[in-house]
Amino acid sequence: MSGFNKVVSTYEQAMAGLQDDMTIIAGGFGICGVQQGLIEQIKKSGVKGLTIASNNCGLEGYGLGILLENQQIKKMISSYVGENALFEKQLMDGVLEVELTPQGTLAEKMRAGGAGIPAFYTATGYGTVIAEGKETREFDGRHYVLEEALQGDFALVRAWKADTFGNLMYHRTQRNFNPMAATAGKITVVEVDEIVAPGDLDPDEIHTPGVYVDRVIQTTHEKRIEFRTVRESQA
Amino acid sequence: MALTRQQIAKRVSQELKDGYYVNLGIGIPTLVVDYVPDDMAVMFQSENGLMGMGPFPTEAELDPDLINAGKQTVTCVTGASIFSSAESFAMIRGGHIDLTVLGAFEVDVMGNIASWMIPGKLIKGMGGAMDLVAGARNIIVTLTHADKHGNSKLLQSCSLPLTGVGCVKKVVTDLAYLEIADGRFYLRERAPGVSVEEILEKTAGEVVVAGDVPEMDL
Repeated sequence: MSGFNKVVSTYEQAMAGLQDDMTIIAGGFGICGVQQGLIEQIKKSGVKGLTIASNNCGLEGYGLGILLENQQIKKMISSYVGENALFEKQLMDGVLEVELTPQGTLAEKMRAGGAGIPAFYTATGYGTVIAEGKETREFDGRHYVLEEALQGDFALVRAWKADTFGNLMYHRTQRNFNPMAATAGKITVVEVDEIVAPGDLDPDEIHTPGVYVDRVIQTTHEKRIEFRTVRESQA
Repeated sequence: MALTRQQIAKRVSQELKDGYYVNLGIGIPTLVVDYVPDDMAVMFQSENGLMGMGPFPTEAELDPDLINAGKQTVTCVTGASIFSSAESFAMIRGGHIDLTVLGAFEVDVMGNIASWMIPGKLIKGMGGAMDLVAGARNIIVTLTHADKHGNSKLLQSCSLPLTGVGCVKKVVTDLAYLEIADGRFYLRERAPGVSVEEILEKTAGEVVVAGDVPEMDL
């Protein structure tokens, strides 16, 4: 009777089955809500030729940036390259294939991929290079671009709490792309701060139902801050 | 005198209304937060999934899981909400955000905007800007009127890759406030002490000057 127990105890188990040339959908915005333990395991595994859909590509030495440094990534599908000089350099040099995708379109591509919707129309990017080569259509006098859904062999998710059944809650803006990523992987792996017993999370407060989740691992990594901005506390 | 970044933000703040949900881009738009009139309640959206962004945290409040779209640590105001990126862009794409303020490299008389790429020089990516300009009902673009060599950024036709087409209706620069309609810029206000002649000289796109152009009330 452990059919719903998704908990694994090692990062090797968490990323078991990952192979060269696979596609990964990863949650995270900047380095908030990124899956550091799972990413370090990917680095350790040495798999190559990965296609990764993630809003950003981490920083040098942190997040997906470490896979960039290790040249394990063939293609990134992202909205923002800034803040990672190596990303920008590999893109400018043509070493790395990059499909720049508007942020909302990227989120919706993941959502659609997980929801069984093969493509959708959006006004975003109409009349720009993003729309080149894509089907467009007019609805009610406005122009829209047909964008195709994204699915991954693996999805990487960072959450706050999970129960052993894989029901998830996120903390603050750690949520970002993680709920959509969770739905869009053939194998969805979640790294969490805390694992609790089924029933400890109120069903009304679950952000991602465990039905989407295959593996859960308790993190051993500290969170980092990209831009630490603070104000003086009032005396 | 040309406006400072803060003065541009202050002029933009005059477009705020009580009860507005607002998205501010990176750069000058971010400064608008400091000029919300005291008698007005405004909620700021951060497109990574926060409505009701508050000031920077104190050391005690610092939370790596609470950041804005510029990746800076922030706080939530009372009444804030947190949501996914898909929901965030549903708000934007669905036209639920009352005002969007963003920076740009160029704008033109057709309301086109270029803000995300300079071929061969700079590729940062568009982030959420393409979604914002496609979805917002009310967009204000802030930029300096001309570059440091005096080349106008208010053009007849944008030269850089576009972020969006036909979407900009209001522009606040360091020299003027202009509106865009019928394929022209309409000069509505000038920065204090800046002449209409100087503005015309630094505007490459067609400009209409109707009657006296008042100075901004800052």
